[in-house]
Amino acid sequence: MAEINIRNVRKSYGRTQILHGVDLDFKSGEFVVILGPSGCGKSTLLRMIAGLEEISAGEISIDGTVVNNLEPRDRGCSMVFQNYALYPHMNVAANIGYALKVAGVPRAERDRRISETARVVGLEEMLDRKPAQLSGGQRQRVAMGRAIIREPKVFLFDEPLSNLDAKLRVQMRVEIRRLHKRLSATSVFVTHDQVEAMTLADKLIVMNKGHVEQVGTPLEIYHRPRTRFVGTFIGSPAMNFFDSTIAPSGKFVLLDGIQIAIDPVLGRDNADNAVSAGIRPEHCRLVKAGTANSVPATVDFVEELGSGRNVHVDIDGTIFAVSGDESQLFETGATVGLQLPSEHIHLFSRDTGLRLDDAPALKHNTNQSTVAA
Amino acid sequence: MIERTPILNMVTYFIMIFGLLLILGPFWMIFTASTQSLAQVNAVPFNLLPGTDFVHNLQAAWHRANLGPAMLNSLIMALLVMVGKIVLASISAFAIVYFRSPLRHVFFWLVFMTLMLPLEVRVVPTYNIAADVFEPVRWLIQTLTGIELSLQWNLLNSYSGLVLPVIATATGTFLYRQFYMTLPDELTEAAKMDGARPLRFFIDILLPLSRTNMLALATIMFVYAWNQYLWPKLMTTEADYQTAMVAMTTLVPNINSLPEWNVSMAGALIIMLPPLIIVAALQRWFVRGLVSTEK
Repeated sequence: MAEINIRNVRKSYGRTQILHGVDLDFKSGEFVVILGPSGCGKSTLLRMIAGLEEISAGEISIDGTVVNNLEPRDRGCSMVFQNYALYPHMNVAANIGYALKVAGVPRAERDRRISETARVVGLEEMLDRKPAQLSGGQRQRVAMGRAIIREPKVFLFDEPLSNLDAKLRVQMRVEIRRLHKRLSATSVFVTHDQVEAMTLADKLIVMNKGHVEQVGTPLEIYHRPRTRFVGTFIGSPAMNFFDSTIAPSGKFVLLDGIQIAIDPVLGRDNADNAVSAGIRPEHCRLVKAGTANSVPATVDFVEELGSGRNVHVDIDGTIFAVSGDESQLFETGATVGLQLPSEHIHLFSRDTGLRLDDAPALKHNTNQSTVAA
Repeated sequence: MIERTPILNMVTYFIMIFGLLLILGPFWMIFTASTQSLAQVNAVPFNLLPGTDFVHNLQAAWHRANLGPAMLNSLIMALLVMVGKIVLASISAFAIVYFRSPLRHVFFWLVFMTLMLPLEVRVVPTYNIAADVFEPVRWLIQTLTGIELSLQWNLLNSYSGLVLPVIATATGTFLYRQFYMTLPDELTEAAKMDGARPLRFFIDILLPLSRTNMLALATIMFVYAWNQYLWPKLMTTEADYQTAMVAMTTLVPNINSLPEWNVSMAGALIIMLPPLIIVAALQRWFVRGLVSTEK
């Protein structure tokens, strides 16, 4: 169990900056998920915590000890790699027990811990097999066994599920969560899969282009995305956006000439601002064409999901995705009305991409800067 | 690709059989010559059928060239060279691939360039060093400090002399480097996370994984070392250290002796045997190590 504190950490290769000053604090025992598109620096950050990547500037401390200049073996972290990185010539038992062998743990104790670990990850029957004789899910379990046998302070997962098929992925997700509950070591999990991120995280961190976009619980991030990027990145289908300007009165924005009501207090403070307005597909409502407060739209295409359907409608060239329920049927090309309830509209500044009513997130930021100072 | 082309197949077979005969022909001649008597082997035209003196010729070759001790010397030399080359190649490639030293490319190319300097080219300076190993050290110390040392180490007529000067190997280093570069970085990182230091990683992970590579190299290098002639000839003047290849020369007829080619061929057959056994035993690994890397 350990806290991890990351202070203004930067990474650059020559002139290319990968991370532009990251500040994060992970509480002891927390399951932290770092989410972001490929190339956002999330894996680099994880590898810097592990000690596999040098820290160009800033400071990382684990349990109060600055680890910048410590070798990976002295940091008390263990890591699960994306392609498992098992030792091909060793059997499962040797793979799991290698760290102990290196540490010089006596044979009897080592064997005891190997079989105990194998029981935890469900590999008791496989101990004599070589990695080549295992399925993807079993290899993944070996990799996890190898990580937990050392009883590390911190677990690091580098996209460990992305090589598994969809069904196994769901299963391993549950197992990882269960394992975390049982061992309660601080865990950092890097992924580009938002479902993994939402389901696993105690604390979710969204990164983009080397910056931390938002830190919060999965629900906070889903319901109050701090930036336009977070809004687009989380949720499937993605959040719908349209560009507009807040009316001088502050009461509405215009979409295709129709007034869409917004929160009047927020509107008054930001009157005449150029904004990007976002609304999630499940908050849009499709009604009969011509209904009051609805924007006329053409049905572009319909995706059937079984449990419901995603209706994509076209408003003057802007496509809106709407999660429809199964009772409503729409023909492609039909004209319908789209209602956007004001309480579900997220407003982002078009200049900065920041959420207009970002009180909680702002507070979070100031907190961090005072700590850093 | 599967094609049905009977004519092309016949042509292919013809070419292959022709090639095989080209390669096997000389061997057959060595074999038949070694079975004939002195009169038969010198008959014109040469008789391609085996004679009856095989065992007699083998015995004559064995005793006349003193092949017993010579073969043992060759075996010791070849095994030492083989092991030395593998150890050196695996370690130097390890240094070149896994350590981020700014000079590693320089070193790699220096090693690589020695491919252009086979033993025959550098035989005189190499002999100089072998005859007086500490000469450069003495010179350096004398130039720097003016102190004259009397350090002497002479490799002539010793196994170290036969082995040490030829164990550096660019081919082996290159082969090992290519092998290391096929291993995923994550393997190294996993070992780092497991707490293994470089040497531990080398011994526990890299060496066992390089088994096929190692056996391929062993095959090549054993045959290479066994077939060495020039260097053993230079390094050994005493009969105690004579290798089979050098001993073989006593079997080659000269102006003043009988043209006993049957005995020389019998000797050649005996000397050929150990490399053949090694290649036959290791050929499965040899091919695998050169063609692909085990996953």
